[in-house]
Amino acid sequence: MGKRVGIIGVGQTHHAAKRLDASGVELIAEAVTRALDDAQLTMADIDAIVVGNMDHFENINYVDGWAVDGLGACMKPVFKVTTGGTTGTTVGACGYYHAASGLFDVVLAVGWEKNSESDTQAAIATCANPTLERDPFAGAIGPLATEYSMYMKAFGATEEDSARVAARDRNNALNNPYAHSRQAVTVEDVLNSPMLSYPVKFLDMCPRSDGACAVIFANEEKAKKLCPKPAWVHCSVVRHDYTHFGDLEWKFMPTLERASAEAYRLAGITNPLKEFDVAELYLPCSTCGVKWMDSLWFCEHGGAPKLIRKGTFDMDGQLPINPSGGVISCNPIGATALIRVGEAAWQIMGKAGDRQVPNVKKALCTGFGGCSWTGLMILGADLP
Amino acid sequence: MPSWKDDVEVLVDEGKISVPYSWTVGSTLSRFYCELRDNGKIWGNRCPSCGKVFVPPKIKCIDCYEDLRDWVMLPGTGTVETYTVVRYQEPVLHPRKAPFVYGVIKLDGADTGMVHFIGGVDPEEVKVGMRVEAVIEGEREGNILDIKHFRPIK
Repeated sequence: MGKRVGIIGVGQTHHAAKRLDASGVELIAEAVTRALDDAQLTMADIDAIVVGNMDHFENINYVDGWAVDGLGACMKPVFKVTTGGTTGTTVGACGYYHAASGLFDVVLAVGWEKNSESDTQAAIATCANPTLERDPFAGAIGPLATEYSMYMKAFGATEEDSARVAARDRNNALNNPYAHSRQAVTVEDVLNSPMLSYPVKFLDMCPRSDGACAVIFANEEKAKKLCPKPAWVHCSVVRHDYTHFGDLEWKFMPTLERASAEAYRLAGITNPLKEFDVAELYLPCSTCGVKWMDSLWFCEHGGAPKLIRKGTFDMDGQLPINPSGGVISCNPIGATALIRVGEAAWQIMGKAGDRQVPNVKKALCTGFGGCSWTGLMILGADLP
Repeated sequence: MPSWKDDVEVLVDEGKISVPYSWTVGSTLSRFYCELRDNGKIWGNRCPSCGKVFVPPKIKCIDCYEDLRDWVMLPGTGTVETYTVVRYQEPVLHPRKAPFVYGVIKLDGADTGMVHFIGGVDPEEVKVGMRVEAVIEGEREGNILDIKHFRPIK
């Protein structure tokens, strides 16, 4: 069993479609400086650094070397991880593992991406097997459209259900000064936006953004000393599944189902809908905000549309999801899942500003990527 | 060992993906390149805490993690710390044809070295410790090639 670990500081850039004022290293420095300020630490307090992005989004293959000044990593142990969309939660998990191991007291975890520097869809297409699925099925939008299309047929979910999720997340972003896309949007606006790939429309889908996020993890002893109200890590779970898109179970989301089941077991959660006060979920498309609710055990398979229509996950609902505006409002890919962790930590710490949910004791955050992989973390106000 | 060629008919898929990248220079290096482009001058930035001068400029001090807001103009002269004579051709990426010389030049007033071409001299004549000066291009675009090369000070 590892040491208990708390999050003691979070920083993020002001994200945008194009941050032409700042290079990738400058984005990293902006997030790191803000995280240090948030925790009231200096770089001298940091014992190890974890950093992650997707190499082929910027064609920079050694960020662990090239960004040493922005990271503050000179003569410190640096560990680079890169796992596609889940990079942010992998960076978070890795920061947590480092601190929990007892080998490092205070660990800085950084995710970043400068998606404006290349063709994101072309780069994402390189994730698919080049001699099998890349030509007929690659990219981000098509596969997500395919899975929701099947869910609609199986359970009677509608395009309006996903549009409702899109309007919820996009309007939540109005309360988040860091979000890239902040626009008041109605369900009709979403339904009337251009069709990208049936049933996914323009306003259903995430953008690509430039930005970075930094989260500081500390072991129990240090966290208590350095931070008045740490967000304690109750568990961190990762699940990967099959090799090919064709292998996937499209009616539900197996890695999310298995990762959350294991996380709830570890954290002693028996009724997630009741026990969580807030969730920051990696929903790359509003359709996932419908279908994947089943796989988080909030309801039985096919039960999600009913909850969505009831407003269960709205800011004033039973379990607010994505007060930050979520991934469809802001998506610097290597940082995206770490932003979920950072936002959830801020909710616990009471630092979430205008998007604060009152009195948060338990928060759920997830990462999604690759061939439908899941990284997941549960944070709490009380020690695990 | 049996030959696999008897059992496998080899097929190779040719890739078609060519991703055009473009990189934001950033606020720190922009200033460096604008000074170079507009005034033909080489600037560095200094750490307010330890006083170290970085050329090319850095985002943060490597040792202190301080913002480097103090800018200093350098005279453009320096000393060759090490070099090599490149004799192979790299046909796609490299802007110079072999043979050419590049190395590390420690500029006067800087605490870090800068890599660049050493020209205006026979490759055989280049020596470690040689005093050099920057040759600035007449037509400048705001990139590292606005410095043509460093040549020996006569």
